[in-house]
Amino acid sequence: MSETKTETSLKGVKNLAALTGNEAVAQALRQINPDVIAAYPITPATEIVQIFSTYVSDGLVNTEFVAVESEHSAMSATIGASAAGARAMTATSSQGLALMWEMLYIASGLRRPIVMPVVNRALSSPINIHCDHSDTMGARDAGWLHIFSEDAQEAYDNTIQAIRISEHPDIQLPTMVTMDGFIISHGMEVVKMLDDDVVRDFVGTYKPDTYLLDVDKPVTMGGLDFTDFYFEHRRQLAEPMEAAPGVVKQIGEEYGKLTGRKFGLYEGYMLDDADYVMVLLGSTAGTAKTIIPELRAKGIKAGLLKLRMFRPFPADEIADAAGRAKKIVVMDRAEGFNAVGGPLCAEVKAALYGKSRAEVVNAVYGLGGRDLGPDLARAAFDLSGPGVIHLGVRG
Amino acid sequence: MADEKGYRDIPIGGIIVEAGNAAEYKTGGWRTYRPRVDKGKCIDCLRCWLLCPDVCIYVEDGKMAGYDYDHCKGCGICAHICPVKAIEMVLETEGAGAADSRGRFGSRKK
Repeated sequence: MSETKTETSLKGVKNLAALTGNEAVAQALRQINPDVIAAYPITPATEIVQIFSTYVSDGLVNTEFVAVESEHSAMSATIGASAAGARAMTATSSQGLALMWEMLYIASGLRRPIVMPVVNRALSSPINIHCDHSDTMGARDAGWLHIFSEDAQEAYDNTIQAIRISEHPDIQLPTMVTMDGFIISHGMEVVKMLDDDVVRDFVGTYKPDTYLLDVDKPVTMGGLDFTDFYFEHRRQLAEPMEAAPGVVKQIGEEYGKLTGRKFGLYEGYMLDDADYVMVLLGSTAGTAKTIIPELRAKGIKAGLLKLRMFRPFPADEIADAAGRAKKIVVMDRAEGFNAVGGPLCAEVKAALYGKSRAEVVNAVYGLGGRDLGPDLARAAFDLSGPGVIHLGVRG
Repeated sequence: MADEKGYRDIPIGGIIVEAGNAAEYKTGGWRTYRPRVDKGKCIDCLRCWLLCPDVCIYVEDGKMAGYDYDHCKGCGICAHICPVKAIEMVLETEGAGAADSRGRFGSRKK
């Protein structure tokens, strides 16, 4: 079943604001009003916490803002605050996410419901500050939920919903909410904001069952497992990922009732009868939505499956929604360095295994912020062949 | 190990919900050498008790009364620090267990 968002006209909508993606997410953080934010600046995510720090200075939030000395410390302090019983958040990009590495696994292993906006940016080397998805793709098996955003509005909406998803009793896992570096983080759009009290009611108060500052119920977090229990705990950690699709849809419905913007695991655009389906993540969906109507006008039944959830990976939904297509073009904004293809395509192929006879084509594109204009996006639909195709690179 | 609890029955995130349960975890099996005291030489200065990193020296009535072999990892600090050389480290594989036959050198009961 295709899940298409309901768009409402801007006329009569209150709380309209011209915001960049970073500003929109900073506003979401202000409205969420977390107990603790520990952060270290990194382009292009810096503004999120920089703007938020002014809210702290201006007394608009009750948040304890911890300016740490590195992203490793940022994630460590966020985990510590969360373990103590706080609703704790941070934000980062690229090398910052890479420096958080070992702590990412500890956040999920300790089942800390931390929400972290991540502004997708290429990884060094060479140094590059622009968008691709290499940073969060590297963290794809870290036990975090990954929610991708197409634009500033979605980054705002996803950040708010992620609090409820992460803290849901059946989940209790950390979530990355991503947006494309500069394209979304620094691009200004009209964003429909909610009233502060509506957001505060929606996210509610964080009430953990178990936390370190509960002196009446002392517990230890971060204990040791050997061969006797480690396997059980890791198996246990896989369980909330199985529960997450239902929770994400339920919260997406509830948010839809509140805002008119309903969210599922993916968004289908002209997908139901499409013979040629493009699968992608993030802002490139906007480009696809521009060219698909043109292709339709020429009689080519093109469609888009824009994934919102990357973790957990909605394999069954992808097979159901796109499996009947003749061709599926999977657009990876990260190179896999595995001589096979990008990470998204590998997962889409696995999702389709035994369920689809579609030709699956893999295009790696847009590394380090390289633009994918309408011409290249159009050309992507014509690609074919078993190997990975690097779209827009000079030979 | 097969009769231990399954993943559905243990606290999430590896959280230890019971305080002070480290004693339940028997680390004595890590030992290669076991300390053995000759009480004929021992002067009960209790330096071994003071310095044992795993709190494995029993003291009764102010006197050194043996070892908690369930938790002693065999580091040898007690033997090294003993001023009268009353403690020697004996390979576990050479029947060290039988050498400590006195009843009070048993496991600590919870």
